[in-house]
Amino acid sequence: MSRPASGRWLRAVVLGFGFGFLYLPILLLVIYSFNGSRLVTVWGGASLRWYGVLAGDDKFRAAALTSLEVGALSASAAVAIGGCAGFSLSRFGRFHGRALFGFLLLAPLVVPEIILGLSLLLLFVAAQSWIGWPPRGILTIVIAHATFASCYVAVLVRAQLAGFDRALEEAALDLGARPATVLLRITLPGISPALVSGWLLAFTLSLDDVVVASFVSGPSSTTLPMAVYSSVRIGVTPEINALATVFLGLVLAVMTAAGWAIARQERRRRAPDTGARRGRG
Amino acid sequence: MNEIGRLGRAVLIGFPYAWFGLFFLLPLLIVLKIALGRSADAIPPYISPLSWSHGGLAFDPTLANFRDILCGGCMRAYGASLGTAALATVLCLLAGYPIAYAIWRSPPLWRNLLLFLVMLPFWTSFLIRVYAWMAILQPSGLLNRVLLAAGLIEAPVPLLYNGFSLQLGLLYSYLPFMILPIYGSLSQLDEALLEAAADLGARPWRVLAEVVVPLSLPGIGAGALLVFVPAVGEFVIPDLLAGPGNLMIGKLLWAQFFENRDWPEAAAIAVLMVAGLAVPILVAQRVIGRERPA
Repeated sequence: MSRPASGRWLRAVVLGFGFGFLYLPILLLVIYSFNGSRLVTVWGGASLRWYGVLAGDDKFRAAALTSLEVGALSASAAVAIGGCAGFSLSRFGRFHGRALFGFLLLAPLVVPEIILGLSLLLLFVAAQSWIGWPPRGILTIVIAHATFASCYVAVLVRAQLAGFDRALEEAALDLGARPATVLLRITLPGISPALVSGWLLAFTLSLDDVVVASFVSGPSSTTLPMAVYSSVRIGVTPEINALATVFLGLVLAVMTAAGWAIARQERRRRAPDTGARRGRG
Repeated sequence: MNEIGRLGRAVLIGFPYAWFGLFFLLPLLIVLKIALGRSADAIPPYISPLSWSHGGLAFDPTLANFRDILCGGCMRAYGASLGTAALATVLCLLAGYPIAYAIWRSPPLWRNLLLFLVMLPFWTSFLIRVYAWMAILQPSGLLNRVLLAAGLIEAPVPLLYNGFSLQLGLLYSYLPFMILPIYGSLSQLDEALLEAAADLGARPWRVLAEVVVPLSLPGIGAGALLVFVPAVGEFVIPDLLAGPGNLMIGKLLWAQFFENRDWPEAAAIAVLMVAGLAVPILVAQRVIGRERPA
């Protein structure tokens, strides 16, 4: 179809406005993190002053460590739970309670986080009065985050298994491999991209959550979003700009690394696999 | 499947099943239980409707909490939340559709990059993105100073803590969730249809209105659901950007729970929210179930 010049022009305007809207606020945030002034809105010359303040702030450093710990633990748990769930839904066909299972894996994606947080807190409070466990803190935040993040992992694993060539598994079985060996040596590597991206997604979701964590955390476990939130609620401060910029830099670095790894894997998969075949032949 | 064996199968299904039963279903049942209980000056601050007495299980529920929320300001907050979420959905659609369409009409080499740029903010902190607007919309913020310098206003106008900033925050946070499904729908559309319509003499706008938009309705529906449902229960954006006049149900629940320590009433609000969202959730299950047959 011929594309008239006016259409191309209109398209450029739409994309310009759209991406300007999406990115200008973030860009301004980063620029103002290098502001020497105490005011977020008045430019007082370029300076790293707020990065210095941030580096000396124990509150944020402790919260960042808590968040990293919670994120890594909950992402690992979510990969285990969501991996099993996605595999079951994709491979086991009909089984008793499958409809409820599917519902349980979908519902947390749409239930407002404020309800997830409230309901889990009420569970933990009840459990504490029944069996005296678990204490509210890192463990309860990990359980809460793992629960909603595993739904996303399950979706990714199901999608990957839908495109997985089962002939590979059948060939291995025909050649005498035991089912558990096939699962570990053929299926698991096959869905590893979904598990890796699921882990990263779960980690990001955990690092982004303020509502659920606010409900289920204890007095001594403050995550980074909770610390940022309580500070932002009072008002804007340039220190938060610096923190946001550091965070964005880290996210960008991880995204670039992940994108590079995925591209490399894709290239390797597309390349003629003569080498691999010779090696194993 | 018998390759993995009975035991393996039981573990693979049973582990996530038990997890979700314990940490999702059971908590919701506890919320329902507490919603039927009475508020009390104790730790925890409620009296359960279920109790053991004289060796038997006694069930003494009350509907007082539901009566309270149905009569009081809660229904107004619920209505306001639905209205706010509906407006946010419409705004996201109006802004998102042209962007999705423009990405789709871009050269194939550009499309993936543009899509990546739409998704990228999702990987950054949501809180940081909302915070970025707080600085821009302040009375002494950038937008007010730009408007002052341009001579459009004579004194700083209140841009923050009102309905405007609330909608702007919702639009900014949820726009990608509208763009991506619409693009997904558009990308499955056969371009030959557009050529056919154009060959038959339809002007570009008519092709858009009568061919493209109707065929992308599934994407519009999915996008609307992805924006509307979380926007109804949104807490952070209203709390940081909205003013006292913009009552939202999520904020009310939070206040009842943390500030008034009225757990039964907070639980009743949660039950009301889940009930109200059950319809879109069931629709979503249908739609997603159809897209991914097992």
